[in-house]
Amino acid sequence: MRPETESELAEAVRGARGPLVVRGGGTRSLGMPAGEVLETGGMSGITLYEPGALTLVARAGTPLAEVEATLAAEGQRLAFEPPDLRGLLGRAGESTLGGVVAANASGPRRVQVGACRDFLLGVRFVDGGGQVIKNGGRVMKNVTGYDLVKLLAGSHGTLGVLTEVSLKVLPASAAEATVVLDGLDDAAAVDAMARALGSPFEVTGAAHWPGQGTFLRVEGLAAQVDYRAAQLQAMLGGRTVAQGPWADIRDVAAFRGQPGDVWRLSVKPSDAPGLVARAGALGCLYDWAGGLVWLLMAPDADLRAQLGAFHGHATLVRGHGAPVFQPEPAPVAALTAGLRARFDPRGVFNAGLMA
Amino acid sequence: MDMPAPNASVLARKAGIVARLRAVLPADAVIDADESLRAYECDALSAYRCAPLAAVLPRTTAEVSAVLKVCHEEGVPVVPRGSGTSLAGGAMPSADAVILGVARMNAVLEVDYPNRFIRVQSGRTNLSVTGAVETDGFFYAPDPSSQLACAIAGNIAMNSGGAHCLKYGVTTNNLLGVTLVQMDGTVVDVGGPFMDAGGIDLLGVICGSEGQLGVVTEAWLRILPKPEGARPVLMGFDANEVAGACVSDIIKAGVLPVAIEFMDRPCIEACEAFAKAGYPMCEALLIVEVEGSPAEIDAQLALIKDIARRHNPVELREAQSEDEAKRIWLGRKSAFGAMGQINDYMCLDGTIPVSALPHVLRRIGEMSRECGLDVANVFHAGDGNMHPLILYDANKPGDLERCEAFGAEILKLCVEVGGCLTGEHGVGIEKRDLMTVQFAPEDLEAQMRVKDVFDPKWLLNPAKVFPLAASAGRRAG
Repeated sequence: MRPETESELAEAVRGARGPLVVRGGGTRSLGMPAGEVLETGGMSGITLYEPGALTLVARAGTPLAEVEATLAAEGQRLAFEPPDLRGLLGRAGESTLGGVVAANASGPRRVQVGACRDFLLGVRFVDGGGQVIKNGGRVMKNVTGYDLVKLLAGSHGTLGVLTEVSLKVLPASAAEATVVLDGLDDAAAVDAMARALGSPFEVTGAAHWPGQGTFLRVEGLAAQVDYRAAQLQAMLGGRTVAQGPWADIRDVAAFRGQPGDVWRLSVKPSDAPGLVARAGALGCLYDWAGGLVWLLMAPDADLRAQLGAFHGHATLVRGHGAPVFQPEPAPVAALTAGLRARFDPRGVFNAGLMA
Repeated sequence: MDMPAPNASVLARKAGIVARLRAVLPADAVIDADESLRAYECDALSAYRCAPLAAVLPRTTAEVSAVLKVCHEEGVPVVPRGSGTSLAGGAMPSADAVILGVARMNAVLEVDYPNRFIRVQSGRTNLSVTGAVETDGFFYAPDPSSQLACAIAGNIAMNSGGAHCLKYGVTTNNLLGVTLVQMDGTVVDVGGPFMDAGGIDLLGVICGSEGQLGVVTEAWLRILPKPEGARPVLMGFDANEVAGACVSDIIKAGVLPVAIEFMDRPCIEACEAFAKAGYPMCEALLIVEVEGSPAEIDAQLALIKDIARRHNPVELREAQSEDEAKRIWLGRKSAFGAMGQINDYMCLDGTIPVSALPHVLRRIGEMSRECGLDVANVFHAGDGNMHPLILYDANKPGDLERCEAFGAEILKLCVEVGGCLTGEHGVGIEKRDLMTVQFAPEDLEAQMRVKDVFDPKWLLNPAKVFPLAASAGRRAG
């Protein structure tokens, strides 16, 4: 099914006789829920863009590329830097804005500016009963009623099908530079990244790519970038390059075409090196100063079993040997299940995912 | 402003309920004497008052859990309270409710600089969170005007903002995790010292739920390194529209100030008389602040002043010293106090798209003349969060009602132009009955479902946020 409008979509959900698989462009969806595919790509188009108010509203099926091109024409961007995981996951197709939001997809700049959910101002969505619901709006400060916007961001289509999203956008930086630290082991790299982020030099990317280096990005006006890079180098050593490998870090290019499962580990940064040592991984990439670790594991190796109890969570992004999402403690799982039961009482959306 | 009739059965059982609370708490943590309860009869929305059934002041998460378990079993409503600084009546009790105050829970539990977080008990005041880390060069970013007094618990409940959220975001963007006690006493950790949710983002909906989903007893907060320096520039314009256009051009230009504050003439005059900040007398004043090293500040302000000059400012003045910068901010920060010296006022909090600023200010002016009550405007212009202050005389019969009706019209205008009823103060009881202006019944139904999950008996702060008619069936249960 590929509805063209919100009301057609609502109609389709109401009429569903069995489970539905909610799909934007299918470029970053996780797990393998069974059912009839419900595509949002038919609901496309930017409905409002006010560069002077830093606001963009678009239908959920709008291609991400179209959004990024429209913003670029005004010197603006999606500051949370959504990753392109097509290479990593072996997918074709075109990412949609709704898919980015449903996955709360956020790249290296998350450490400085926040995640996709932090830029999401409003949503319209269709719940499991086929009811259209709106929440939030298109203004930057809004505490009117409960924040269902955050609930929907990263819900992977399990609470409702997004039909329209409003986002805060930001001006693109006039300049950027990357300080590269060579030859650090994982622990030293995480320590250096912590020192960089604990400095006032507004680091907008902090990643450690074993074998390639430890990368610290600064952005801003040209004068700011020069100053900040020089200060970071004075503090940590290393060298400054104009352009770091940020797209490759964002998209986890290191694991592209490599056999094995891919896991995403979200932890307290200083815990990361110890956990990586326990994981027995084939490869790893630290982003978010160590708060996000991508791990390449032997097929069907269960990372969670390998790590034992730890503070944080692991998501199986590519592979089949374990549940996709980290099992939650019973009382938290009960809240999640309760929300799902009320937003999708018939259990039609992405059955089995996030459950 | 209506409140539901108190539950007569709860009132009749007061002695037994208080005895059960005393059984689970230290002796000094339960208050039930009428004269002592008066301290809890209102928050900063002091026009509305009602003494609670009792008040409890637990010191630990375990004590909070024990209190809630008792109240859950007894069917007693609970109104959580931080420092009682809510401008929306978020902590106003009902006669059948137990006030659960977290003020005694103010400890710092953990400070972690390498991972840039602090874990505190939720009764700790906003400013003292920064106080715990500032000697080491860090701060907690959200800075509501009441930050000296307001508690983190209330900040989380209302998703509080502040003057600097243009750059740093509001509470929800700086909150990593909470320990939440549910109404039945269940204790859960949601989130933690990591940067995203492992499943559905429950933390996102807990923040800003106005104490209706659970009682937050502990929180992991993101702390940030202090900038090297900051400097404000003052800009005066001869029309609100021009100031509005200038704001839009600044945020479009690629330099992101930490704050852009706006004041109109009535507000400028009052602030100047009160704080002697050296403000020029003009129609509209902007305070734009940027951060960084001295050279970085110069670079940013050069760009900003260029933009301002294109709008023919009547004044354009960069703070030349720390002292001057302080005075510029003192004027703005004392705006509410300054207005309070000359008048009673009601402070509104709607947000509008920045592009609608000139239109909305013009309409407010017209409406003010029509209803005969003056308005002073002071607000966070960069993010469109308005704070019109409607001036009235509390001693004049009918003035408060006129003022409230005018306020409601302004908020409807905010929604009409694509904005919302409240940007940072919350709904509470104050804007509860206006929710239908912004939301269709099904939108409210979707929000109430969330409360059904967290608090099936609707005992936590039940008569807030949702119009009483909309929540009636649920509260009756």
